Parts: sequence; C-alpha cells; structure tokens
Amino acid sequence: MTEILDCRGQRCPLPVIALARRLPELPVGATLRVLADDPAAATDIPAWCRMRGQHYLGSPETHAFDVRRDV
Amino acid sequence: MGVSEAYFDTASAAPLHPAARQALAAALDDGWADPARLYSRARRARQLLDAARGATAEVLGVRPDELSFTAGGTAAAHAAVLGALAARERVGRGLVHSAIEHSAVLHAAERHVAAGGTAHEVGVDRLGRVDLAAFADAAAQPGTALAALISASHEVGTVQPVEAAGEACAQHGVPLYVDAAQSVGRVPLPFGWSLLTASAHKWGGPPGVGLLVVRKGTRFVQTGPSEERTDRSTDLPAIVAAAASLRAAQAEAAALAERHRVLVDRIRATVAATVPDVEVVGDPADRLPHLVTFSCLYVDGEALLHALDRRGFAVSSGSSCTSSTLTPSHVLVAMGVLSHGNVRVSLHRDSTEADVDRFLAELPGIVADLRAEAGVVDL
Repeated sequence: MTEILDCRGQRCPLPVIALARRLPELPVGATLRVLADDPAAATDIPAWCRMRGQHYLGSPETHAFDVRRDV
Repeated sequence: MGVSEAYFDTASAAPLHPAARQALAAALDDGWADPARLYSRARRARQLLDAARGATAEVLGVRPDELSFTAGGTAAAHAAVLGALAARERVGRGLVHSAIEHSAVLHAAERHVAAGGTAHEVGVDRLGRVDLAAFADAAAQPGTALAALISASHEVGTVQPVEAAGEACAQHGVPLYVDAAQSVGRVPLPFGWSLLTASAHKWGGPPGVGLLVVRKGTRFVQTGPSEERTDRSTDLPAIVAAAASLRAAQAEAAALAERHRVLVDRIRATVAATVPDVEVVGDPADRLPHLVTFSCLYVDGEALLHALDRRGFAVSSGSSCTSSTLTPSHVLVAMGVLSHGNVRVSLHRDSTEADVDRFLAELPGIVADLRAEAGVVDL
C-alpha cells in the first residue's frame, strides 16, 4: 500500500522538505505519494529525486506525485 | 547607484551607460521637436533620429530601413510576432516557439491563439537548449507561418542554435523571429533570422526603447498604432541615448565579455563547491557571458532574495514565491531543474571582482542560516 504525504496548501519548498524527511523513514523500494498543489511541486519533486538518487514514478493524477525510495 | 550595493540584475535592467546619460542630456536640449515637421528645428530632430537609426543599424549589421524603434522591448516583441503572423495568414496561422521564450513573446503567442491562431511549443533539454529536431519538424508542418527562438535564455544564459534553426526554417520558407534582448550589445549576433528585437535597457540604454528589425523580403504588416512605422510617436531623446549607448556597449563588448566570463566561471565553480545541495543550471560553456543561475535545495527563494538584499546584493529569482503569479519560472520548469531557492546573478560593466568575491564569501553562510532557520540541515 502506498503511503500518502499530504502537503496540499503548502508553498514551495515545504512539500519537498516534507518528502525529504519522510522518504528515508520508509524501507528501500517503498513508494510514497506526495499530494501537493503548489505549482512548483511538479518540477521540484522530480528534480529532488534526480539530485538524491531516488526514483520519480510520475504523477498519477493532478497534484499527486509518486516517489520510490531507491537509496 | 549606491556604492555599497552590488547590483546583479542586469538581465532585468542594466544601469544607464555614461554614454546614454550624456547623449540623453544633449538630445533633450536639441531633439525635442517633432521630426516629421519641416522647419529647421524639426529637421534637426529628424537628423538625430536618422543618425540614431544609422548607428544602431550599423551595430546590428542591418540596413537602416530594416530597423524601427518601438516603445520598448515588449512592444517590439509583440510587433514582430503579431506583424509577421498577420502578414502570412494566407499560408497559415501556426506559430512555433521554444518553451523558454521571454514572457513578452509568450504573451504575444497567447494573443495570437486567442484570436484563433495556433501555437506549438518546442521543449528544451536539461541545459536549456531547444530540441532542434523538434523545432525543425514543427517549422516544416503545413500552416506554420512563423517560428520564434530566443537568442540566448534570459534566465539561465544558454545560447540557442539560432543559425541551425534558421536554416531549417528557410528550407520551408518560414521566417524565424529572434528575441535578442540579452545578446545585442554583448555578444555577436547569429545569422539566419528574418526578424529580430531587442531592448535598450538591457544594454545600458534608457528604458522605453525597443528595436525591431525586419529583414528585406520578409512579409510584415504593422499591427500597432500606424505612427510607429515612422517612429514619430517614440521618445526621440531616449532613442538617441539608446543608440549612443549601444555603440559604446558594442565597443566594450568583447573585453567585457571576457571579464564577465571569468567572474561567472568563478561563481559557477565556487557556488557548487561551497554551498551544499545546490544545482547550477544552464549550459556550462555555450552561454551568455554575464549571467549565471543556481538553485539551493530546501531554501525559500523569496527569503533568499531578501537575505541577499539585506547584505547589499540585488539579484532576481525564478522561484514561484518571488513571482506575482506564484508560479515558478517557465524556463526552469521546461528544463526540469529545481525551481525553489533560485537565484539569477547577471553582471554589468561596473560589476567588480570585489563585488563577486564578497557575494561568494557571504552566500554559503546566508544559505546555511536559512536552512538552519527552516530546520532542514542534514536532510
């Protein structure tokens, strides 16, 4: 089951900070769904994954972003 | 400008060049009459306008009758896009443009679409360079009336493959419009375009003067007020100042670019080495000489901008929190690079090595303080 991190209503860079705090607490291979409606999230969540060696799985729906812990 | 302030936002507005100040004062005395009238004072104004046009055309390497002055860079961009499209309506109503055009060009594209035209946006790579194959493909589509490509990104500095794009467009008879606002007076202009615009306050001229070049043989119709064609309604003293400062900027450009490249290289290398979790963006080599952009992970761009301002550094930011629309820079989004904690540094002719070194000395501490305040150390 995918854990959900609700960052709706938070402005950048708060959703990315919340993601960076939560993902390392999950086991490698786990998926986290970040809900964020700040317009920067769609760019900054994939960019964070690239910078941190994590796997950005895509956006299954508007304001939702799936990330898999790879490292 | 106060000596204690390090002004690093030339890409938004360059401080007035001394040559512009001098020419402006002279032209305010001598060039206020209506250049279209026939008495001697008006003829003097006309001479000043013609001389400004001649000098500007010479710097650009175009014919004087291909150049007109507009009421600013935005007006020039709108005139170029909408005028070229209107002239080719029989061919089609398709506009092709890169995803990293200046907002003035994107707004003209929106206006075109609102009037029933179409716009095809072509993406860029991670370094901010347009996808040339996709651009050429789009230009080749039936119904494409105009293609637009910025000479170099105003936000990240990446130089665009204008000449290759121009060749691709020419094969299909499509005119290429180049927004050269960041290049004119700074770096040699590319070849291969049909229309080009620039803005005087980007090279040290006064605000409110734009350049519009329409090469001979390019279909074009005037879409704005009809007087603009004769430049009569434009600000003649400002035009004279713009021309004088362009000539001065052009004379200094090569040496200045060399000096700026050294400083920008230093910023790129030092920021990456001294600020943890920073992404320096844009092409590291094929870029404008005076401009560098980077993003600091977990840092609020607005807080960073204000912290830098308190230390006497004026920079701009593409982060969403610093924009009136609360959306991140469309250029950073198109590149897929980090958009928060973003800083753009752009140097001018009086930027000193000491300014840059002070910036580089203070930046790591400023970023570290902001991260400590936000509790995001060791994330």
